[in-house]
Amino acid sequence: MTNTTEVANVARRSVLLGLAAGTFVLSVRLSPPAVAQEKKYGGDAMPGGLKDDPRLFLSIADDGTVSLLCIRAEMGQGIRTSFGMVVADELEAELGRVKVLQAPGDQARFGNQDTDGSRSMRHHFEPLRRIAAAARQMLEQEAAARWGVPLTEVKAENHGIVHAGSGRRLDFGALAKGAAARPVPARDTLVFKGVSQFRYIGKDNVPLIDNLDITTGKAVFGIDARVDGMAYAVVARPPVFGGKVKSFDAAKAMKVPGVLKVVAIEPPTPPVVFQPLGGVAVIAENTFAAIKGRSQLDTQWDDGPNASYDSVQYRKTLEAAAAKPGKVVRNDGDVDAALAGAAKRVSAEYYLPHLAQAPMEPPSATARVTNGACEVWCSVQNSEAVRTDLSKRFNVPIDKVTVHNLLLGGGFGRKSKPDFASEAAICSHAMGGRPVKLTFTREDDLQHSFFHTVSVERLEAGLDGDGKAVAWLHRTAAPTIAAIFAPGANHEAPFELAMGAVDTPFAIPNLRVENPEAAAHTRVGWFRSVSNIPHAFAIQSFVAELAASLGRDPKDYLLELIGPPRLIDAAAMSDAWLYGEDPKRYPFDTGRLRQVVEKAASEAGWGRKLSQGRGLGIAAHRSFVSYTAVVAEVAVGPKGELTIPRVDIAFDCGAVVNPDRVRSQLEGAVVQGISLATLGEISFKNGRVEQANFDGYELTRIDGAPPEIRTHLVNTTAFDKPLGGAGEPGVPPVAPALANAIFAASGKRIRSLPIRDQLAGKA
Amino acid sequence: MSKFTVNGKAQSFDGDPETPLLWYLRDIAGMTGTKFGCGRALCGACTVHVDGTAVRSCQVQVGDIDGQAVITIEGLSADGMHPVQRAWRELNVAQCGYCQTGQIMQAVSLLKDTPKPTDQQILDAMSGNICRCGTYPRIRDAIKRASGRA
Ligand code: FES
Ligand code: FES
Repeated sequence: MTNTTEVANVARRSVLLGLAAGTFVLSVRLSPPAVAQEKKYGGDAMPGGLKDDPRLFLSIADDGTVSLLCIRAEMGQGIRTSFGMVVADELEAELGRVKVLQAPGDQARFGNQDTDGSRSMRHHFEPLRRIAAAARQMLEQEAAARWGVPLTEVKAENHGIVHAGSGRRLDFGALAKGAAARPVPARDTLVFKGVSQFRYIGKDNVPLIDNLDITTGKAVFGIDARVDGMAYAVVARPPVFGGKVKSFDAAKAMKVPGVLKVVAIEPPTPPVVFQPLGGVAVIAENTFAAIKGRSQLDTQWDDGPNASYDSVQYRKTLEAAAAKPGKVVRNDGDVDAALAGAAKRVSAEYYLPHLAQAPMEPPSATARVTNGACEVWCSVQNSEAVRTDLSKRFNVPIDKVTVHNLLLGGGFGRKSKPDFASEAAICSHAMGGRPVKLTFTREDDLQHSFFHTVSVERLEAGLDGDGKAVAWLHRTAAPTIAAIFAPGANHEAPFELAMGAVDTPFAIPNLRVENPEAAAHTRVGWFRSVSNIPHAFAIQSFVAELAASLGRDPKDYLLELIGPPRLIDAAAMSDAWLYGEDPKRYPFDTGRLRQVVEKAASEAGWGRKLSQGRGLGIAAHRSFVSYTAVVAEVAVGPKGELTIPRVDIAFDCGAVVNPDRVRSQLEGAVVQGISLATLGEISFKNGRVEQANFDGYELTRIDGAPPEIRTHLVNTTAFDKPLGGAGEPGVPPVAPALANAIFAASGKRIRSLPIRDQLAGKA
Repeated sequence: MSKFTVNGKAQSFDGDPETPLLWYLRDIAGMTGTKFGCGRALCGACTVHVDGTAVRSCQVQVGDIDGQAVITIEGLSADGMHPVQRAWRELNVAQCGYCQTGQIMQAVSLLKDTPKPTDQQILDAMSGNICRCGTYPRIRDAIKRASGRA
């Protein structure tokens, strides 16, 4: 395995700050243990917390090569490059001489590794700088001692330490050994570079560290793992969530050339959490033989309690739930009185179906389970979840579970659930310890995802005689992710409600959010941007509907609802989550939301004259403590053909470390937003997913993507303020901006996604 | 027994002749640059060249390519310096990168047949290749950049 061997080789070659096994005994505690009652936020509150001891993450070889262990999964957000930029910059290293290696899973040692929630740079920017600054200071101390000069006279520069007075210079490589023996400087003695001194941080167009490997086919993704002697498996899973195998006959499957073994996998014991779904595994000499063998299985299923799950019916259930009062989750003023006294009442209901993340690399993992140890090669967002599961499952200590983190061919939330790694391990165990690669076919992926929830959002507003909103009532009805942890959970969890439902920043005195019950009948899980998608679609569409009902400009009306620039405390919005962040550091800044609205509008030429059948739509949303606004331009043809010539997206995530990767995340978010708005739907009939592959579950292709996606970053150098997320916040405003543009272009209001052929016949 | 070449090297296979070239390459030959995305000719991740033509390797049975020459991403250039590969890097096209070997193989084939493609020709040629990360604008720009050099 490239990745693993590489880590091992670096450990052997490197002398400073060592990656070698055993170095953890040297590790020091840099931060005092937290006082028990003190509430932690951000990365400190994540399982495993944050670590910043340079010896855990950095090594420098004799030739000066700096190796950085990256503890976040790379899934296309470019985190390996961005982490390399931060460390190279603060260390004063040359980026070209920095190697970035993927750390194996080990949360106790490395701190939190769960790559999810748009948190990587937000949480790790400061710890990475501490790591690099500490190492730089150790190198400086070593050089000063060698030259016998005061520490103040040396400084790090271009991968070496220089002494200004004498012009002497030593490369990092020459200093590494001595520096390694020095104590790690205490946190309060660290000196950081100033913003104006940054060489890499904030600089555009830094080449991706993996560019050459990716463009030559050498990049190793989870599905590419190759372990000597491995077999290959696919699993036939119960077609209905909660179902199980009644009986199966493997005789025909075993006759397929190359098939080695057919084994039953036990159904999960509730709560299902991230466990495999059970079923029948077919293990063979190659993936094709396994797939062919599976097609010859004769399996009888017991479909279980969700056998009648039907999305068409369930939509009606959700609509009925949203028609009635539900659990009150935010309540400002007196909404009922304000509605009763309003000059005008407007209401609308919005629907979004289930979605599948469908990363291009389907879930796949290779595992070897032998004599009290497990080793897994995989592409997961959360390797600690793999370790925890296998440790329990095979009753081995967690430090006997090794997870090699390979590149993810996309994640989007699907790969934060390690069910596929567990399946691989179960197969290896059944093969007596022979390594087994388990692969989801695309059909498996689309039919056994952790699906994005399905939702009905009902909104009602009361307007006074001047059109000013005086009352706002939002009912959000959607099955919760919490149901996989607590069967029967039927209210959105605080973290789901705080994704754009309760944290509505509008300056409306009477505002209530209700959450009627909604039972989950499939596995609901995280999908990039999560509940922000339905919430933002409904709210931002509704704002434009209100504007239209008043004959007002939608952008002006949106700004009026947002109100004057001000800081809103999370608690004032009944937001009990705030993406895990400290409310004091991350108030809702309506000024920043206004700013992205104005930026997107001006860049898009809001208000410009458009030809017949064209329209602009705008939407804005805060999520993952970042602010996004989108203006979409659409053309609706005489037969309802929809084209999207251009999208402008304005974004404020605070300071930007890697502008090119933030832009690429926004470009991707626009495409993914368009994909879910125009095409995305997973539907159920008789408990079964109706889509099987990319013909049924269509994704936006190059011909459906806007020819022009223009990204506009604002406040990019605000390094004195806490950072926001970048991976997910681009998605939520895309669908409502599109729907609003379609309305402007055609007069047709889209309230139900996907749009698909709803425009057919529209002039 | 099927005999063919992959990146110029002779191969022979006497297993199940229905084995798709994709799985032969990945599992048997151990060349993992060619990716699995759908197995049904719907995504383009598995694109390789057979006798100079871009094909979906998930749809080509090894038993049917006797005597033919297969080029995969690993054999596109010795050092990764094909103009298309270079353009891909210059524009930082990739996000996760998973679809990109298929995209590159498809783009190379387009530029071979149509050295100066119009925007519409690019869309037509590339619409069989899905990128879930949404790198399409950069793919289009990279093809244009490469077309000036290829
Ligand atoms: S895997 Fe062959 S086209 Fe998708
Ligand atoms: S770069 Fe991720 S699928 Fe294309």
